[in-house]
Amino acid sequence: MAKQKAFYFDSSRCSGCKTCQIACKDKHNLHNAIKWRTVYEVCGGHWIQNDQTWTSNIGAYYVSMSCNHCQDPICMKSCPNKAIYKTEEGVVLIDESRCMGCQYCEWACPYGALTLDQEKGVMTKCTLCYDYLEEGKLPACVAACPMRVLEVGDLDELERKYGKHDNIFPLPPVHHTQPSLIITKHPSAQKSKNWKIINQEEVKNASH
Amino acid sequence: MHDSKKEKSDQTFSLDSAIDRRSFIKLGAFLTGGIMLSGTFAACVKELERTVGVVESEHNGVKIIRAGCPAHNCGGRCVLKLHVKEGEVIRIETDDRPGDTLADPQLRACIRGRAYRRRQYHQDRLKYPLKRVGKRGEGKFERISWDEALDTMASQLKRVKAQYGNSAILLPYGTGSYNQVNGRQTAARLLNLFGGSLGYYNSYSWACISKATPYVYGTNVTGNQRQDWVNSKYILMWGWNPSEMRDGTNSEYFLKLARERGARVVCIDPRMTMSAVALADEWIPIRPGTDVAMMSAMAHVIITEDLHDKGFIERCCSGFDRTQMPEGCENEESYKDYILGTFDNQPKTPEWAEAVTGIPKKTIIRIAREFGQTKPAMLYQGYGMQRRAYGEQPVLAGCVLAAITGNVGIPGGWASGIALQADDGGPFWNVFPTGRNPVKARIPVFLWTEAITRGKEMGKEDGVVNAEKLDNNIKLIWTVASNTLINQHADVNRTAKILKDESLVEFIAVQDQFMTPSARFADLVLPVCTQLEVWGLQDGWKYGDEVILNPQVTNPPDETKSDYQICSELAAKLGLEKAYTQNRSEKDWIVWALGVYRRTRFPEVPRLNKFRDKNKGVYSTPVKNPAIALEDFRKYPQQHPLNTPTGKIELFSKPLFDMNKPAEIPAVPKYIQEWESPFGKESEKYPLQALGHHYMPRVHSTHDGIDWLDEAFPQRAFMNPLDAEKRGIQNGDEVLIYNDRGKIIMPCRLTPKMMPGVMDIPQGAWWTPDEDGIDRRGNINVLTSHKWTPLAFGNAQHTIMVQVKKANA
Repeated sequence: MAKQKAFYFDSSRCSGCKTCQIACKDKHNLHNAIKWRTVYEVCGGHWIQNDQTWTSNIGAYYVSMSCNHCQDPICMKSCPNKAIYKTEEGVVLIDESRCMGCQYCEWACPYGALTLDQEKGVMTKCTLCYDYLEEGKLPACVAACPMRVLEVGDLDELERKYGKHDNIFPLPPVHHTQPSLIITKHPSAQKSKNWKIINQEEVKNASH
Repeated sequence: MHDSKKEKSDQTFSLDSAIDRRSFIKLGAFLTGGIMLSGTFAACVKELERTVGVVESEHNGVKIIRAGCPAHNCGGRCVLKLHVKEGEVIRIETDDRPGDTLADPQLRACIRGRAYRRRQYHQDRLKYPLKRVGKRGEGKFERISWDEALDTMASQLKRVKAQYGNSAILLPYGTGSYNQVNGRQTAARLLNLFGGSLGYYNSYSWACISKATPYVYGTNVTGNQRQDWVNSKYILMWGWNPSEMRDGTNSEYFLKLARERGARVVCIDPRMTMSAVALADEWIPIRPGTDVAMMSAMAHVIITEDLHDKGFIERCCSGFDRTQMPEGCENEESYKDYILGTFDNQPKTPEWAEAVTGIPKKTIIRIAREFGQTKPAMLYQGYGMQRRAYGEQPVLAGCVLAAITGNVGIPGGWASGIALQADDGGPFWNVFPTGRNPVKARIPVFLWTEAITRGKEMGKEDGVVNAEKLDNNIKLIWTVASNTLINQHADVNRTAKILKDESLVEFIAVQDQFMTPSARFADLVLPVCTQLEVWGLQDGWKYGDEVILNPQVTNPPDETKSDYQICSELAAKLGLEKAYTQNRSEKDWIVWALGVYRRTRFPEVPRLNKFRDKNKGVYSTPVKNPAIALEDFRKYPQQHPLNTPTGKIELFSKPLFDMNKPAEIPAVPKYIQEWESPFGKESEKYPLQALGHHYMPRVHSTHDGIDWLDEAFPQRAFMNPLDAEKRGIQNGDEVLIYNDRGKIIMPCRLTPKMMPGVMDIPQGAWWTPDEDGIDRRGNINVLTSHKWTPLAFGNAQHTIMVQVKKANA
């Protein structure tokens, strides 16, 4: 197997503070509407009133997610101009000189990871801070996390450490694109519930 | 909520005066023989090793400067790694020191610091001095020169001093800048040299908890160093949300580590907070303002099931039952009497508490048993529940629960209360010398609007100390680094009315970085630079064992100046320049401040140039043996008595008893129905309780409207879908939220994370009234009440009832 960089995310300990999102915006100078990393706030369950008490089985968790640098990147396949490519490290990047800004990739990506930069007329996405990786530094999001729940590494190594990626709401089934992402689920995510994204407006550039 | 932190007042036990003499005591301790070393019996903490690579790259003219994150008043003190090109900050990273151990973790900034470029380079930053040209509060201003601005300021100060005296001057509570030469303390120094100003005590953050804790323990230093949390086996996060308010940088991270070492964490809160999701094994929703009912029912279970620590109670406590009542109170109601209902015929059973709290009795019993049986255990009190009607009671009740379960003075335990850091009280915050205020009279900070309208009538019954009556009404207000003038004080519409009346306060100056709602009420606006544009020095917030340097990163833009510079130039106009500056620049004061830290908390801290040249941003002392609060007392209560009348932990307080106001200030902690409550008649008209929690994108009102932060966390009214459904409200609808004090129209978000019957309007949004006076931004203080708590005279801004409906429906 070729080298494949990947993200690990511990959803069981994420507070949803979005420092990863802001660190990313700062590093890449993303203006207001563009977010390469977003945080889903997921919640489910019901409230029950008995006489004077309230009980609930409410569960909640967060999913911090950027481009997953998929092993089978559908964005790459959908690009009519071959502007999207994978590096030797498995990082999915956009060649801005070839990108026409047609947004086919954006429509194809089930993670909403690509966004059109209206000013430049090209698509933009997470670069896994490959420049930082080359310098021996951590990606901006990983180095930022106050809870230390994000990691970056080689996919096979992370899989050995944390197991394989499993399906989790609201992400699409793993088999679609083989994301290079491993998530430790929050205990409440183990149960099936009427899961819902609570903060839809905060992640509105994601295509669900 | 509401602007602020503190003034850590009442460090030592003082019933009549609440003089802030924390720094005095600590510096004094050094001068008279040095600070004691950390407890040798403290639990040894195993290091967690994490390695993070640090590679420096400095090219293309980009300088890397590590500096403290601008100190506003969040609970964190963090390090930023600033990339600076030609004087402009072009990127912000955070602390990247290798290691990142439990003893000495990285101080990673949150979104507020990481988005700082958007604040630093915001188009709305004030650039020039302004004078009011329209009506007060109307927001019409005209640019003037610094010379005119400072002449105006000086002449108004002199006029008011001559006409009324210094006690007619107020320098309001303000925590917008909290960094030596930045912030209100710079103006306090000048006013003290000028003859003083009306003093105040207490804070908007900790009024009740700082007042009440010493009644039990005789001190506010009731917190173990945080590294000890990993020794705990059971942690009750009671209304405590460290992930969002950052109650000390890394507090949420330490809790994560505690859980990884086996602690069970339970969160009791009306909201399923970010902390509840990330840190807790279980969330128990509780009706706001009923915490003492839950605590009392837990005590009922613990006492009746014989789970209390009888040995500890006998050795270390007073007032638990009739066998240990203070002299003269032998036949009064002990704590146990209250719990068992001996006097009032109402045992505080789980059944009783169920109806009050909304928590099923089974759950109450289970949590009581867990807390009573798991050793050691922590009950950590958040600060929100003490910013309520009778906010003193949950503080006292939490301390008592910690005491009767014997969790005081041991590793992994927690005495509860305000919990300043053992063993020396923790950080100083500011050491910039303000001098003594020649005006002796002090008011409770929350009552400043009363001192405008009826100052001369105010006396002891209004919490005035050091004077029988005030000798003035407030006539001049100089607001520095504060939005408390209008935005963060309760009942905005009431405050606005008072401030608009120019016959009351005759002159208002506001010194800030932005045209805040408070600045709009100024007659004179003075533009201040940010903390990246001047030197500074920080030493942690409530917790912390580090000194963080703020080298000047870039120059003040336009005509902005530092708070210190403004005060220096004003001092010259008042003939006080030499006395004020002592010929020191801002940087010289940082050298001076560093000297204070070297003589006290950090003997090895490098000198300024070396500190700067090392470019780590921070000097820290690793905490390998965390200090345990009240450890000596627990071991040897006779030799180390507490500073309480009995020398013991007082579950019954004779000083409170002697106040003779048992309905509002009982001698043992009691559940008292709040003055606005779902159980009162007021709930017919206003059936929902409303909270204003500390929101992730802001520090109180600082950072409001910063685009990246607004995008990440927009200002919304949060409510339960069940409450919305009854009112025909859908997610995202504009809703009208109102009570007798005001109205807000803002978008709502429906979330099952809110307990039914409770709304949340995150505090700190900038008041933005439309032409009908309806706030359009979502400032909860439009709805909050000016009524204060009985003992601390503290703000009770979270105790409010409201109604909500779809706007324009």
